[in-house]
Amino acid sequence: MAEIKNYTLNFGPQHPSAHGVLRLVLELDGEVVERADPHIGLLHRGTEKLFEYKTYLQNVPYFDRFDYVSMMANEHAYALAVEKLLGVEAPERAQYIRVMYAELTRILNHCLWLGASALDIGAMTVFLYCFREREDIFDYYEEVSGARMHAAYFRPGGVSQDLPEGLLEKIKGFTERFPGYVDEYETLLTENRIWKQRNVDIGVVDKEAALAWGFSGPMIRGSGIAWDLRKTQPYDVYDKLDFEIPVGATGDCYDRYLVRVEEMRQSNEIIRQCIEWLSKNPGDVRSDDARLHKPSRASMKGDMEALIHHFKHFSEGYHVPEGEVYAAVEHPKGEFGVYLVSDGSNKPYRMKVRASGFAHLEALDYMCRGHMLADVVTILGSQDIVFGEVDR
Amino acid sequence: MDMSENNQEQQGLLALSGLQEEFGEAVQSVREGVDCPIVVVQRDAIVDVCHYLKSQQGYEILVDLCGVDMSEHPSYVQGDARFEVVYNLLSVEHNKRLRLKVLLSEREMVASVVEVWPTANWFEREAFEMYGIIFNYHPDLRRLLTDYGFEGHPMLKDFPLTGRAEMFFDEDQWRCVYRPNQLENRMLIQRTWPGVDRG
Repeated sequence: MAEIKNYTLNFGPQHPSAHGVLRLVLELDGEVVERADPHIGLLHRGTEKLFEYKTYLQNVPYFDRFDYVSMMANEHAYALAVEKLLGVEAPERAQYIRVMYAELTRILNHCLWLGASALDIGAMTVFLYCFREREDIFDYYEEVSGARMHAAYFRPGGVSQDLPEGLLEKIKGFTERFPGYVDEYETLLTENRIWKQRNVDIGVVDKEAALAWGFSGPMIRGSGIAWDLRKTQPYDVYDKLDFEIPVGATGDCYDRYLVRVEEMRQSNEIIRQCIEWLSKNPGDVRSDDARLHKPSRASMKGDMEALIHHFKHFSEGYHVPEGEVYAAVEHPKGEFGVYLVSDGSNKPYRMKVRASGFAHLEALDYMCRGHMLADVVTILGSQDIVFGEVDR
Repeated sequence: MDMSENNQEQQGLLALSGLQEEFGEAVQSVREGVDCPIVVVQRDAIVDVCHYLKSQQGYEILVDLCGVDMSEHPSYVQGDARFEVVYNLLSVEHNKRLRLKVLLSEREMVASVVEVWPTANWFEREAFEMYGIIFNYHPDLRRLLTDYGFEGHPMLKDFPLTGRAEMFFDEDQWRCVYRPNQLENRMLIQRTWPGVDRG
Protein backbone atom coordinates (compact mmCIF):
# COMPACT_ATOMS: atom_id res chain seq x y z
CA MET A 1 0.00 0.00 0.00
CA ALA A 2 1.25 3.45 -0.85
CA GLU A 3 2.30 5.56 2.07
CA ILE A 4 0.15 8.65 2.52
CA LYS A 5 1.96 11.66 3.82
CA ASN A 6 0.64 14.90 5.20
CA TYR A 7 0.80 17.73 2.75
CA THR A 8 0.74 21.47 3.20
CA LEU A 9 -1.71 23.77 1.53
CA ASN A 10 -1.27 27.47 1.10
CA PHE A 11 -4.57 29.21 1.84
CA GLY A 12 -4.64 32.83 0.75
CA PRO A 13 -3.58 35.62 0.69
CA GLN A 14 -5.76 36.00 -2.42
CA HIS A 15 -8.45 33.60 -1.26
CA PRO A 16 -11.84 35.34 -1.01
CA SER A 17 -12.59 33.63 2.31
CA ALA A 18 -9.32 34.82 3.82
CA HIS A 19 -11.05 38.09 4.79
CA GLY A 20 -8.45 40.31 3.24
CA VAL A 21 -4.86 39.33 3.47
CA LEU A 22 -4.41 36.18 5.52
CA ARG A 23 -1.86 33.68 4.39
CA LEU A 24 -2.59 30.42 6.11
CA VAL A 25 -0.25 27.46 5.79
CA LEU A 26 -2.32 24.37 6.50
CA GLU A 27 -0.88 20.96 7.18
CA LEU A 28 -3.44 18.45 6.02
CA ASP A 29 -3.91 14.75 6.49
CA GLY A 30 -6.29 14.03 3.69
CA GLU A 31 -8.91 16.67 4.31
CA VAL A 32 -8.32 16.93 8.05
CA VAL A 33 -6.36 19.90 9.35
CA GLU A 34 -3.40 18.87 11.47
CA ARG A 35 -1.88 22.30 11.96
CA ALA A 36 -2.67 25.81 10.84
CA ASP A 37 0.04 28.44 10.74
CA PRO A 38 -1.30 31.92 10.00
CA HIS A 39 1.20 34.25 8.38
CA ILE A 40 0.02 37.75 9.10
CA GLY A 41 1.43 41.17 8.51
CA LEU A 42 0.54 41.67 4.86
CA LEU A 43 -1.42 44.75 5.91
CA HIS A 44 1.15 45.95 8.43
CA ARG A 45 1.50 49.71 8.06
CA GLY A 46 3.62 50.50 11.08
CA THR A 47 0.92 52.64 12.64
CA GLU A 48 2.40 52.35 16.12
CA LYS A 49 5.65 53.81 14.82
CA LEU A 50 3.77 56.62 13.08
CA PHE A 51 1.92 57.48 16.32
CA GLU A 52 5.20 58.49 17.90
CA TYR A 53 5.74 61.14 15.22
CA LYS A 54 2.22 62.60 15.19
CA THR A 55 0.44 64.87 17.62
CA TYR A 56 -2.51 63.61 19.62
CA LEU A 57 -4.99 65.22 17.24
CA GLN A 58 -3.25 63.88 14.14
CA ASN A 59 -3.44 60.38 15.57
CA VAL A 60 -7.25 60.24 15.60
CA PRO A 61 -7.78 59.28 11.93
CA TYR A 62 -5.26 56.45 12.16
CA PHE A 63 -7.68 54.71 14.47
CA ASP A 64 -10.36 54.53 11.80
CA ARG A 65 -7.99 52.45 9.77
CA PHE A 66 -7.40 49.74 12.35
CA ASP A 67 -10.60 47.84 12.25
CA TYR A 68 -11.95 49.47 9.13
CA VAL A 69 -15.45 48.07 9.55
CA SER A 70 -16.03 49.55 13.01
CA MET A 71 -14.29 52.85 12.76
CA MET A 72 -15.79 54.84 15.60
CA ALA A 73 -15.37 52.04 18.12
CA ASN A 74 -11.60 52.28 17.60
CA GLU A 75 -11.60 56.04 18.08
CA HIS A 76 -13.58 55.51 21.25
CA ALA A 77 -10.74 53.61 22.93
CA TYR A 78 -8.24 56.27 21.94
CA ALA A 79 -10.43 59.12 23.14
CA LEU A 80 -10.92 57.39 26.49
CA ALA A 81 -7.19 56.71 26.92
CA VAL A 82 -6.20 60.32 26.28
CA GLU A 83 -9.02 61.64 28.45
CA LYS A 84 -7.92 59.41 31.33
CA LEU A 85 -4.37 60.73 31.21
CA LEU A 86 -5.55 64.32 30.88
CA GLY A 87 -8.06 63.86 33.68
CA VAL A 88 -10.81 65.26 31.46
CA GLU A 89 -14.30 63.93 31.05
CA ALA A 90 -16.46 64.46 28.00
CA PRO A 91 -19.78 66.26 28.61
CA GLU A 92 -22.78 64.01 29.07
CA ARG A 93 -24.29 64.83 25.69
CA ALA A 94 -21.03 63.90 23.98
CA GLN A 95 -20.99 60.65 25.92
CA TYR A 96 -24.50 59.81 24.76
CA ILE A 97 -23.60 60.65 21.18
CA ARG A 98 -20.53 58.46 21.44
CA VAL A 99 -22.48 55.56 22.86
CA MET A 100 -25.15 55.92 20.18
CA TYR A 101 -22.53 55.91 17.43
CA ALA A 102 -20.59 53.11 19.07
CA GLU A 103 -23.74 50.99 18.95
CA LEU A 104 -24.53 52.00 15.37
CA THR A 105 -20.98 50.90 14.63
CA ARG A 106 -21.66 47.57 16.33
CA ILE A 107 -24.60 47.01 14.01
CA LEU A 108 -22.45 48.11 11.08
CA ASN A 109 -19.78 45.63 12.04
CA HIS A 110 -22.11 42.74 12.75
CA CYS A 111 -23.93 43.31 9.46
CA LEU A 112 -20.68 43.01 7.57
CA TRP A 113 -19.68 39.99 9.61
CA LEU A 114 -23.01 38.25 9.08
CA GLY A 115 -23.05 38.96 5.37
CA ALA A 116 -19.44 37.97 4.80
CA SER A 117 -19.41 34.83 6.90
CA ALA A 118 -22.70 33.64 5.39
CA LEU A 119 -21.22 34.30 1.96
CA ASP A 120 -18.18 32.21 2.89
CA ILE A 121 -20.49 29.32 3.62
CA GLY A 122 -22.49 29.88 0.46
CA ALA A 123 -25.51 32.00 1.42
CA MET A 124 -25.62 34.91 -0.99
CA THR A 125 -28.88 36.58 -0.02
CA VAL A 126 -27.87 37.52 3.53
CA PHE A 127 -24.96 39.49 2.18
CA LEU A 128 -27.24 41.64 0.04
CA TYR A 129 -29.69 42.19 2.90
CA CYS A 130 -26.94 43.19 5.33
CA PHE A 131 -25.33 45.64 2.97
CA ARG A 132 -28.65 47.39 2.54
CA GLU A 133 -28.63 48.29 6.25
CA ARG A 134 -24.96 49.20 6.21
CA GLU A 135 -25.76 51.81 3.60
CA ASP A 136 -28.16 53.55 5.99
CA ILE A 137 -25.57 53.66 8.76
CA PHE A 138 -22.93 55.01 6.40
CA ASP A 139 -25.32 57.85 5.66
CA TYR A 140 -25.55 58.65 9.38
CA TYR A 141 -21.76 58.60 9.55
CA GLU A 142 -21.61 61.00 6.66
CA GLU A 143 -24.14 63.40 8.15
CA VAL A 144 -22.24 63.73 11.35
CA SER A 145 -18.64 63.75 10.14
CA GLY A 146 -18.62 64.24 6.37
CA ALA A 147 -17.03 60.86 5.74
CA ARG A 148 -18.83 57.61 5.10
CA MET A 149 -16.24 55.40 6.72
CA HIS A 150 -13.20 57.07 8.23
CA ALA A 151 -15.04 59.52 10.38
CA ALA A 152 -12.48 60.90 12.90
CA TYR A 153 -15.54 61.95 14.86
CA PHE A 154 -14.74 60.90 18.44
CA ARG A 155 -12.06 63.20 19.76
CA PRO A 156 -10.38 63.32 23.14
CA GLY A 157 -12.74 65.55 25.14
CA GLY A 158 -15.96 64.78 23.29
CA VAL A 159 -16.95 64.60 19.65
CA SER A 160 -15.93 66.92 16.85
CA GLN A 161 -19.34 68.56 16.43
CA ASP A 162 -22.96 68.30 17.47
CA LEU A 163 -25.52 66.27 15.54
CA PRO A 164 -27.06 68.04 12.54
CA GLU A 165 -30.74 68.88 12.66
CA GLY A 166 -33.10 66.10 11.73
CA LEU A 167 -30.55 63.32 12.10
CA LEU A 168 -32.10 61.91 15.27
CA GLU A 169 -35.43 61.40 13.49
CA LYS A 170 -33.68 59.51 10.71
CA ILE A 171 -31.86 57.24 13.13
CA LYS A 172 -35.08 56.78 15.04
CA GLY A 173 -36.74 55.59 11.85
CA PHE A 174 -33.87 53.17 11.39
CA THR A 175 -34.26 51.73 14.90
CA GLU A 176 -37.93 51.12 14.16
CA ARG A 177 -37.18 49.29 10.93
CA PHE A 178 -34.13 47.40 12.10
CA PRO A 179 -35.66 44.66 14.34
CA GLY A 180 -37.69 43.56 11.32
CA TYR A 181 -34.51 43.33 9.27
CA VAL A 182 -32.88 41.15 11.92
CA ASP A 183 -35.94 38.90 11.73
CA GLU A 184 -35.32 38.65 8.01
CA TYR A 185 -31.74 37.52 8.54
CA GLU A 186 -32.91 35.02 11.08
CA THR A 187 -35.54 33.48 8.82
CA LEU A 188 -32.77 32.93 6.29
CA LEU A 189 -30.25 31.41 8.68
CA THR A 190 -31.24 30.46 12.22
CA GLU A 191 -33.24 27.35 11.40
CA ASN A 192 -31.61 26.81 8.02
CA ARG A 193 -30.49 23.17 7.76
CA ILE A 194 -27.34 23.89 5.77
CA TRP A 195 -26.38 26.78 8.04
CA LYS A 196 -26.75 24.55 11.08
CA GLN A 197 -24.84 21.66 9.55
CA ARG A 198 -21.96 23.98 8.77
CA ASN A 199 -21.92 25.76 12.13
CA VAL A 200 -23.16 23.57 14.97
CA ASP A 201 -20.33 21.85 16.88
CA ILE A 202 -17.68 23.44 14.70
CA GLY A 203 -14.79 25.21 16.38
CA VAL A 204 -15.92 24.49 19.94
CA VAL A 205 -14.04 26.51 22.56
CA ASP A 206 -14.71 25.79 26.21
CA LYS A 207 -14.42 28.35 29.00
CA GLU A 208 -10.87 27.47 30.04
CA ALA A 209 -9.58 27.64 26.49
CA ALA A 210 -11.38 30.92 25.85
CA LEU A 211 -9.61 32.47 28.85
CA ALA A 212 -6.23 30.93 28.11
CA TRP A 213 -6.29 32.22 24.54
CA GLY A 214 -7.28 35.71 25.65
CA PHE A 215 -10.66 35.77 23.92
CA SER A 216 -12.99 38.71 24.33
CA GLY A 217 -16.23 40.07 22.96
CA PRO A 218 -18.65 37.69 21.23
CA MET A 219 -15.97 34.99 21.20
CA ILE A 220 -15.77 34.75 25.00
CA ARG A 221 -19.53 35.22 25.40
CA GLY A 222 -20.16 32.46 22.86
CA SER A 223 -18.18 30.21 25.20
CA GLY A 224 -20.55 30.96 28.06
CA ILE A 225 -18.69 33.65 30.00
CA ALA A 226 -20.85 36.71 30.59
CA TRP A 227 -18.02 39.20 30.17
CA ASP A 228 -18.81 42.52 28.57
CA LEU A 229 -16.85 45.67 29.34
CA ARG A 230 -19.98 47.75 28.83
CA LYS A 231 -21.41 46.07 31.93
CA THR A 232 -18.39 45.06 33.97
CA GLN A 233 -16.18 48.12 33.50
CA PRO A 234 -18.65 50.66 32.13
CA TYR A 235 -17.31 53.69 30.32
CA ASP A 236 -19.17 56.79 29.13
CA VAL A 237 -22.88 56.37 29.90
CA TYR A 238 -23.29 52.62 29.50
CA ASP A 239 -24.13 52.28 33.19
CA LYS A 240 -27.21 54.46 32.68
CA LEU A 241 -28.60 52.36 29.86
CA ASP A 242 -30.64 49.23 29.99
CA PHE A 243 -29.49 46.30 27.91
CA GLU A 244 -28.70 42.63 28.22
CA ILE A 245 -25.70 40.47 27.47
CA PRO A 246 -26.39 37.39 25.38
CA VAL A 247 -24.30 34.35 26.30
CA GLY A 248 -23.74 31.11 24.40
CA ALA A 249 -23.98 27.60 25.78
CA THR A 250 -21.58 25.36 23.90
CA GLY A 251 -19.02 27.74 22.40
CA ASP A 252 -19.34 26.61 18.79
CA CYS A 253 -19.68 28.74 15.66
CA TYR A 254 -23.45 28.59 15.82
CA ASP A 255 -23.46 30.05 19.37
CA ARG A 256 -21.25 32.89 18.27
CA TYR A 257 -23.68 33.56 15.44
CA LEU A 258 -26.62 33.64 17.87
CA VAL A 259 -24.74 35.92 20.26
CA ARG A 260 -23.96 38.42 17.53
CA VAL A 261 -27.49 38.44 16.19
CA GLU A 262 -28.87 39.11 19.66
CA GLU A 263 -26.26 41.83 20.15
CA MET A 264 -27.65 43.61 17.12
CA ARG A 265 -31.08 43.68 18.75
CA GLN A 266 -29.62 44.90 22.06
CA SER A 267 -27.61 47.61 20.28
CA ASN A 268 -30.80 48.73 18.63
CA GLU A 269 -32.37 49.12 22.09
CA ILE A 270 -29.40 51.14 23.34
CA ILE A 271 -29.61 53.44 20.31
CA ARG A 272 -33.30 53.96 20.97
CA GLN A 273 -32.61 54.98 24.58
CA CYS A 274 -29.83 57.34 23.49
CA ILE A 275 -32.09 59.03 20.95
CA GLU A 276 -34.70 59.57 23.62
CA TRP A 277 -32.17 61.24 25.91
CA LEU A 278 -30.46 63.25 23.19
CA SER A 279 -33.68 64.70 21.83
CA LYS A 280 -34.53 66.13 25.27
CA ASN A 281 -31.09 67.33 26.39
CA PRO A 282 -29.27 69.82 24.19
CA GLY A 283 -25.87 70.96 25.40
CA ASP A 284 -22.15 71.02 24.85
CA VAL A 285 -20.41 68.24 23.00
CA ARG A 286 -16.85 69.38 23.73
CA SER A 287 -15.30 69.42 27.18
CA ASP A 288 -14.76 72.90 28.61
CA ASP A 289 -11.01 72.31 28.62
CA ALA A 290 -9.98 74.89 26.03
CA ARG A 291 -6.80 73.01 25.11
CA LEU A 292 -8.75 70.21 23.52
CA HIS A 293 -10.80 72.05 20.96
CA LYS A 294 -10.42 74.79 18.44
CA PRO A 295 -11.91 78.25 19.07
CA SER A 296 -15.07 79.20 17.22
CA ARG A 297 -14.82 80.76 13.77
CA ALA A 298 -16.55 83.91 14.95
CA SER A 299 -14.14 84.53 17.83
CA MET A 300 -11.17 84.13 15.51
CA LYS A 301 -12.32 87.06 13.39
CA GLY A 302 -11.91 89.62 16.12
CA ASP A 303 -9.71 88.05 18.78
CA MET A 304 -5.96 87.66 18.33
CA GLU A 305 -5.69 85.12 21.17
CA ALA A 306 -8.29 82.93 19.54
CA LEU A 307 -6.35 83.05 16.29
CA ILE A 308 -3.14 82.03 18.07
CA HIS A 309 -5.03 79.29 19.87
CA HIS A 310 -6.35 77.99 16.57
CA PHE A 311 -2.88 77.98 15.05
CA LYS A 312 -1.33 76.28 18.07
CA HIS A 313 -4.14 73.74 18.30
CA PHE A 314 -3.53 72.47 14.79
CA SER A 315 0.25 72.82 14.68
CA GLU A 316 1.78 72.10 18.05
CA GLY A 317 -1.26 70.41 19.53
CA TYR A 318 -1.91 69.86 23.21
CA HIS A 319 0.36 68.27 25.79
CA VAL A 320 -0.66 65.19 27.70
CA PRO A 321 0.81 64.78 31.20
CA GLU A 322 3.50 62.19 31.77
CA GLY A 323 2.19 58.80 32.68
CA GLU A 324 0.78 55.63 31.28
CA VAL A 325 -2.70 54.29 30.93
CA TYR A 326 -4.56 51.37 29.43
CA ALA A 327 -8.08 52.05 28.24
CA ALA A 328 -10.28 49.43 26.64
CA VAL A 329 -13.70 49.44 25.06
CA GLU A 330 -16.10 46.68 24.18
CA HIS A 331 -15.42 46.81 20.49
CA PRO A 332 -17.82 44.85 18.24
CA LYS A 333 -15.08 42.23 17.87
CA GLY A 334 -13.94 42.11 21.48
CA GLU A 335 -11.72 44.10 23.76
CA PHE A 336 -9.98 46.87 21.86
CA GLY A 337 -7.44 48.51 24.10
CA VAL A 338 -4.98 51.35 23.84
CA TYR A 339 -1.88 51.32 26.04
CA LEU A 340 -0.56 54.86 26.00
CA VAL A 341 2.75 56.00 27.46
CA SER A 342 3.18 59.75 27.52
CA ASP A 343 6.34 61.68 28.31
CA GLY A 344 4.46 64.94 28.82
CA SER A 345 4.98 66.15 25.26
CA ASN A 346 2.57 66.81 22.41
CA LYS A 347 3.12 63.36 20.90
CA PRO A 348 2.66 59.91 22.42
CA TYR A 349 5.90 58.36 23.57
CA ARG A 350 4.61 54.88 22.87
CA MET A 351 1.15 53.72 21.95
CA LYS A 352 0.30 50.05 21.71
CA VAL A 353 -2.98 48.97 20.27
CA ARG A 354 -4.43 45.77 21.60
CA ALA A 355 -6.61 44.32 18.89
CA SER A 356 -9.03 41.55 19.77
CA GLY A 357 -8.63 39.92 16.38
CA PHE A 358 -4.93 39.41 17.04
CA ALA A 359 -5.61 37.08 19.96
CA HIS A 360 -8.50 35.38 18.17
CA LEU A 361 -6.50 34.66 15.03
CA GLU A 362 -3.70 33.29 17.16
CA ALA A 363 -6.11 30.66 18.47
CA LEU A 364 -7.06 29.62 14.94
CA ASP A 365 -4.56 26.79 15.09
CA TYR A 366 -6.13 25.50 18.30
CA MET A 367 -9.67 25.83 16.93
CA CYS A 368 -9.00 24.21 13.55
CA ARG A 369 -7.11 21.11 14.61
CA GLY A 370 -8.99 17.99 13.71
CA HIS A 371 -11.55 19.84 11.62
CA MET A 372 -12.08 19.48 7.89
CA LEU A 373 -10.60 21.94 5.42
CA ALA A 374 -14.00 23.48 4.69
CA ASP A 375 -14.49 24.19 8.41
CA VAL A 376 -11.43 26.44 8.45
CA VAL A 377 -13.46 28.94 6.47
CA THR A 378 -16.37 28.68 8.90
CA ILE A 379 -14.14 29.10 11.95
CA LEU A 380 -12.27 32.01 10.43
CA GLY A 381 -15.60 33.58 9.57
CA SER A 382 -16.95 33.10 13.09
CA GLN A 383 -13.89 34.86 14.55
CA ASP A 384 -14.81 38.04 12.68
CA ILE A 385 -11.27 38.82 11.59
CA VAL A 386 -10.39 42.14 10.03
CA PHE A 387 -6.79 42.55 9.06
CA GLY A 388 -6.58 46.26 9.63
CA GLU A 389 -6.54 45.61 13.37
CA VAL A 390 -4.63 42.33 13.35
CA ASP A 391 -1.68 43.69 11.39
CA ARG A 392 -1.88 47.33 12.54
CA MET B 1 -19.71 54.78 44.90
CA ASP B 2 -16.37 56.50 45.58
CA MET B 3 -16.01 54.71 48.88
CA SER B 4 -16.49 51.31 47.37
CA GLU B 5 -14.07 52.16 44.58
CA ASN B 6 -11.48 53.22 47.14
CA ASN B 7 -12.05 50.02 49.05
CA GLN B 8 -11.60 48.00 45.92
CA GLU B 9 -8.37 49.79 45.18
CA GLN B 10 -7.08 49.18 48.66
CA GLN B 11 -8.04 45.55 48.52
CA GLY B 12 -6.25 45.32 45.19
CA LEU B 13 -3.07 46.74 46.70
CA LEU B 14 -3.44 44.53 49.79
CA ALA B 15 -3.61 41.44 47.65
CA LEU B 16 -0.52 42.69 45.88
CA SER B 17 1.36 43.15 49.13
CA GLY B 18 0.77 39.41 49.47
CA LEU B 19 2.71 39.18 46.24
CA GLN B 20 5.58 41.02 47.90
CA GLU B 21 5.55 38.62 50.86
CA GLU B 22 5.52 35.67 48.49
CA PHE B 23 8.37 36.83 46.28
CA GLY B 24 10.25 39.31 48.51
CA GLU B 25 13.05 41.05 46.67
CA ALA B 26 11.89 39.85 43.28
CA VAL B 27 9.01 42.31 43.39
CA GLN B 28 10.78 45.61 42.93
CA SER B 29 7.88 48.00 43.36
CA VAL B 30 4.10 48.16 43.68
CA ARG B 31 2.23 51.37 43.00
CA GLU B 32 -1.21 52.57 41.98
CA GLY B 33 -1.32 53.81 38.41
CA VAL B 34 -3.91 56.00 36.70
CA ASP B 35 -6.05 52.98 35.84
CA CYS B 36 -4.72 49.96 37.76
CA PRO B 37 -1.88 48.82 40.03
CA ILE B 38 1.55 48.61 38.45
CA VAL B 39 4.02 46.00 39.64
CA VAL B 40 7.66 45.91 38.60
CA VAL B 41 9.17 42.45 38.79
CA GLN B 42 12.73 41.20 38.45
CA ARG B 43 13.21 39.40 35.19
CA ASP B 44 14.25 36.05 36.71
CA ALA B 45 10.99 35.83 38.64
CA ILE B 46 8.52 36.72 35.92
CA VAL B 47 7.28 33.20 35.14
CA ASP B 48 6.80 32.32 38.81
CA VAL B 49 5.01 35.59 39.47
CA CYS B 50 2.73 35.01 36.48
CA HIS B 51 1.93 31.48 37.60
CA TYR B 52 1.13 32.81 41.06
CA LEU B 53 -1.04 35.65 39.75
CA LYS B 54 -2.95 33.31 37.48
CA SER B 55 -3.55 30.51 39.96
CA GLN B 56 -3.79 32.44 43.26
CA GLN B 57 -5.17 35.82 42.26
CA GLY B 58 -7.36 34.93 39.33
CA TYR B 59 -5.67 36.81 36.49
CA GLU B 60 -6.84 34.37 33.83
CA ILE B 61 -6.29 36.57 30.80
CA LEU B 62 -3.16 38.12 29.43
CA VAL B 63 -4.76 41.02 27.60
CA ASP B 64 -1.68 42.53 26.11
CA LEU B 65 2.06 42.22 26.13
CA CYS B 66 4.31 44.80 24.57
CA GLY B 67 7.76 46.26 24.65
CA VAL B 68 8.66 49.89 25.27
CA ASP B 69 11.98 51.48 24.32
CA MET B 70 12.76 53.98 27.09
CA SER B 71 15.99 55.33 25.58
CA GLU B 72 14.50 58.68 24.51
CA HIS B 73 12.23 59.19 27.50
CA PRO B 74 13.04 62.36 29.46
CA SER B 75 13.38 60.33 32.67
CA TYR B 76 15.90 57.97 31.10
CA VAL B 77 19.43 58.15 32.47
CA GLN B 78 22.36 56.53 30.71
CA GLY B 79 22.85 53.12 32.28
CA ASP B 80 19.19 52.55 33.12
CA ALA B 81 17.41 49.55 31.73
CA ARG B 82 16.58 50.42 28.13
CA PHE B 83 13.53 48.25 27.63
CA GLU B 84 10.31 47.65 29.48
CA VAL B 85 8.22 44.59 28.82
CA VAL B 86 4.66 45.40 29.84
CA TYR B 87 2.12 42.71 30.66
CA ASN B 88 -1.50 43.87 30.98
CA LEU B 89 -3.47 41.29 32.92
CA LEU B 90 -7.19 40.95 33.45
CA SER B 91 -9.17 38.93 35.93
CA VAL B 92 -12.61 38.09 34.62
CA GLU B 93 -13.56 36.48 37.90
CA HIS B 94 -12.71 39.45 40.13
CA ASN B 95 -13.15 42.14 37.45
CA LYS B 96 -9.80 43.81 37.97
CA ARG B 97 -6.72 44.66 35.98
CA LEU B 98 -3.03 44.65 36.75
CA ARG B 99 0.04 45.80 34.90
CA LEU B 100 3.28 43.88 35.29
CA LYS B 101 6.57 45.27 34.12
CA VAL B 102 10.00 43.82 33.61
CA LEU B 103 12.95 46.12 33.03
CA LEU B 104 15.62 44.91 30.64
CA SER B 105 18.95 46.25 29.54
CA GLU B 106 20.07 45.67 25.99
CA ARG B 107 20.93 42.05 25.25
CA GLU B 108 19.22 40.84 28.42
CA MET B 109 16.68 38.09 27.99
CA VAL B 110 13.43 37.42 29.77
CA ALA B 111 11.69 34.09 30.10
CA SER B 112 8.61 33.51 27.98
CA VAL B 113 5.21 33.29 29.68
CA VAL B 114 3.71 31.06 26.97
CA GLU B 115 3.51 28.23 29.49
CA VAL B 116 1.22 30.39 31.66
CA TRP B 117 -0.96 31.94 28.95
CA PRO B 118 -0.69 30.37 25.47
CA THR B 119 -1.88 33.65 23.99
CA ALA B 120 1.48 35.21 24.93
CA ASN B 121 2.99 33.44 21.94
CA TRP B 122 2.21 36.01 19.26
CA PHE B 123 2.51 38.98 21.58
CA GLU B 124 6.06 37.91 22.45
CA ARG B 125 6.86 37.32 18.81
CA GLU B 126 5.71 40.85 18.07
CA ALA B 127 7.77 42.33 20.92
CA PHE B 128 10.80 40.38 19.68
CA GLU B 129 10.35 41.60 16.15
CA MET B 130 9.71 45.22 17.04
CA TYR B 131 12.35 45.65 19.76
CA GLY B 132 14.67 42.67 19.50
CA ILE B 133 13.75 41.51 23.00
CA ILE B 134 14.53 37.80 23.23
CA PHE B 135 12.08 35.65 25.13
CA ASN B 136 13.80 32.57 26.49
CA TYR B 137 12.10 29.18 26.07
CA HIS B 138 9.65 30.62 23.54
CA PRO B 139 8.49 27.72 21.33
CA ASP B 140 8.69 29.59 18.04
CA LEU B 141 10.31 33.02 18.15
CA ARG B 142 9.94 34.06 14.51
CA ARG B 143 9.12 37.41 13.00
CA LEU B 144 5.40 38.05 12.78
CA LEU B 145 4.32 41.26 11.11
CA THR B 146 7.20 42.51 8.99
CA ASP B 147 8.20 41.12 5.60
CA TYR B 148 10.00 37.81 5.22
CA GLY B 149 13.67 38.64 5.49
CA PHE B 150 13.17 42.08 7.04
CA GLU B 151 16.24 43.35 8.86
CA GLY B 152 16.24 45.38 12.05
CA HIS B 153 13.73 46.08 14.80
CA PRO B 154 11.49 48.88 13.54
CA MET B 155 10.03 50.19 16.80
CA LEU B 156 13.43 51.02 18.31
CA LYS B 157 13.76 54.74 18.82
CA ASP B 158 16.94 54.82 16.73
CA PHE B 159 15.25 53.12 13.75
CA PRO B 160 14.28 55.79 11.20
CA LEU B 161 10.58 56.38 10.55
CA THR B 162 11.08 55.99 6.81
CA GLY B 163 12.91 52.70 7.25
CA ARG B 164 16.20 51.58 5.79
CA ALA B 165 15.13 49.73 2.67
CA GLU B 166 12.48 50.27 0.08
CA MET B 167 10.95 47.73 -2.24
CA PHE B 168 9.98 48.27 -5.85
CA PHE B 169 9.12 46.14 -8.86
CA ASP B 170 12.01 45.68 -11.23
CA GLU B 171 10.83 45.41 -14.84
CA ASP B 172 14.04 43.76 -16.07
CA GLN B 173 14.14 41.04 -13.46
CA TRP B 174 10.31 40.85 -13.33
CA ARG B 175 10.27 40.62 -9.57
CA CYS B 176 10.27 42.77 -6.43
CA VAL B 177 13.68 43.89 -5.26
CA TYR B 178 14.95 45.89 -2.30
CA ARG B 179 17.30 48.84 -2.46
CA PRO B 180 18.61 51.22 0.20
CA ASN B 181 16.08 53.84 1.14
CA GLN B 182 16.36 57.16 -0.65
CA LEU B 183 13.58 58.88 1.28
CA GLU B 184 14.40 61.87 3.41
CA ASN B 185 13.46 61.90 7.08
CA ARG B 186 11.14 64.85 7.67
CA MET B 187 9.89 66.27 10.92
CA LEU B 188 6.90 68.51 10.35
CA ILE B 189 5.99 69.19 13.97
CA GLN B 190 8.63 69.19 16.66
CA ARG B 191 8.11 67.27 19.86
CA THR B 192 7.57 69.89 22.57
CA TRP B 193 7.03 69.82 26.29
CA PRO B 194 4.92 72.32 28.23
CA GLY B 195 6.89 75.33 29.40
CA VAL B 196 9.91 74.67 27.21
CA ASP B 197 10.71 75.05 23.52
CA ARG B 198 8.41 78.01 23.34
CA GLY B 199 11.07 80.42 21.97
